[in-house]
Amino acid sequence: MLKINDLHVHYGGIHALNGITLEVPENKIVTLIGANGAGKSSTLKSIMGLAKTSHGTIQFNGEEITGKPTTHMVSQGLILVPEGRRIFSNLTVEENLFLGSYLRKDKAEINKDLNWVYELFPRLKERLWQMAGTLSGGEQQMLAVGRALMSKPKLLMMDEPSLGLAPLIVKDIFNIIKEIHRKGMTILLIEQNAKAALEAADYGYVLETGIITLEGPGKELLVNDQVQRAYLGDHK
Amino acid sequence: MKKANVVQSLVSIAVVVVLLTVLNGFLSSFQARIFNLCGIYVILALSMNLINGFVGLFSLGHAGFMAVGAYTTAMLTMSKEMKEMNFFLEPIAPWLLNVQLPFPIALIVGGLMASLAAFIIGAPVLRLNDDYLAIATLGFSEIIRVIFTNTQSLTNGALGLKGLPYIGIANKSSEAYWWIWGIVIITVVFMVVLIKSTYGRAFKAIREDEVAAEAMGINLFKHKMMAFVIGAFFAGIGGSLLGHLMGTIDPLLFRYLLTFNIVLIVVLGGIGSITGSVISAIVVTIAMEVLRILDGTIKIGSLVINGIPGTRMVVFSVLLMVVILFYQRGLMGTKEFSWSWFKKLPFITKKAKIS
Repeated sequence: MLKINDLHVHYGGIHALNGITLEVPENKIVTLIGANGAGKSSTLKSIMGLAKTSHGTIQFNGEEITGKPTTHMVSQGLILVPEGRRIFSNLTVEENLFLGSYLRKDKAEINKDLNWVYELFPRLKERLWQMAGTLSGGEQQMLAVGRALMSKPKLLMMDEPSLGLAPLIVKDIFNIIKEIHRKGMTILLIEQNAKAALEAADYGYVLETGIITLEGPGKELLVNDQVQRAYLGDHK
Repeated sequence: MKKANVVQSLVSIAVVVVLLTVLNGFLSSFQARIFNLCGIYVILALSMNLINGFVGLFSLGHAGFMAVGAYTTAMLTMSKEMKEMNFFLEPIAPWLLNVQLPFPIALIVGGLMASLAAFIIGAPVLRLNDDYLAIATLGFSEIIRVIFTNTQSLTNGALGLKGLPYIGIANKSSEAYWWIWGIVIITVVFMVVLIKSTYGRAFKAIREDEVAAEAMGINLFKHKMMAFVIGAFFAGIGGSLLGHLMGTIDPLLFRYLLTFNIVLIVVLGGIGSITGSVISAIVVTIAMEVLRILDGTIKIGSLVINGIPGTRMVVFSVLLMVVILFYQRGLMGTKEFSWSWFKKLPFITKKAKIS
């Protein structure tokens, strides 16, 4: 579904991504793990057209989308749940959700998706008229995911959905990710929480300072020595 | 639900029209003039609130847009004889001399020219953020003023234009009231509809978080430009009305101080509230007149305080500082007037329970 080939991204003089190649097949959860500053967020940003790609190609459903504006990406079915949630604090929960469907014109379908989001996150429905900024951290993350789903994406990209959340809530979030996946959604997940991410993922990539150093099925990476030592804190 | 909203809005407009009619009956001509000025400031505050309050662009170019609107409309409404009388230092450009349009058309052309100016400077300037945008737009506004001072054959330069016809089509001063307040109603309705539309939602999203808004597929530049151009249109209209109400304009009228008056109104009313801007524009404009007593000599019994001209502006500056320091949300914050407020009043809820 999504194919990235030899992607380079520069910020000023910093070489954030140094030629990464990865693939996200349809109906799979693919995860990209790595430490701070490894280039995880840069990867998502350049896919969405939020960061400038200096070299390489990005293909989505066979279409070359490198360098296209973000509006185009969203209309093609790519959506990003940004790092740190970035919900619109001073707008109501409902307004936030409708902003997710901003580019869509199919009213009936939008309402259907809205009901689906309420089903996934009953708590959002209870807080429809509340300002989004008054929600708890976990609820805000749910809202960010719900907002993204409202765009009717084909590929849902999440940037550290577990960031700053209590362990119990993180579990909730990952259950929701699996639930969304079960409905047929393709997901590209970026995480520092390597264990949770690899357990949920079909396939994983390990990113280190702009280069992919390791890849393989999630279950295999979970038991891989190198991953264990670097990300799972296991010093056997 | 939606039908009820339309009915409520129509009722609101009817109430306002009735109020205006009643007011028109007993306002003296001086009071009516101040009240007309209130109306103009409502239009100006709303146009600035769209750009600065709803989209969150820190633009200080309002005086520039107003100047463009005021001069365009003035040049289009003044008669040939009046223009010849004004341009005694250097003759007017011949192609401008014979143009004369009815007031409503000239007014719209004035607004459109202000929009055009916004469109032209918007392209480079709207890529900037925050303070940089403020500096760039402030610079634009001053450039417009300097240009108007120096294009003698087009604007009569520093001498300004005198003898602008009255607002309206019959050339009667009494007509201004309904013209101005009619345009105020149109502006308010337009802004409410715009803010409640999906565009309005996108504007607010951009104000809240540009990166997230962009990630949702909202084209930042397009929306910013749209708000900028629409805001400039109404600023141009406001400038035209101001010029025609006063009957004379010159470049010094459109200094940055004029922009700051509008900023004051918008901040006091609440950045991002249409209701707040309307109330604040009326209150501040009236207060500006009432507080003129501070500028003159005040006698309290045997105590005589010699007024210093400009004292009222000091009062307003202090007020602005107090608001910024202690009450940043302004009068209304981002809240709006709605009929549901009345439902919360105790005696009405009781009635509702009985029925």
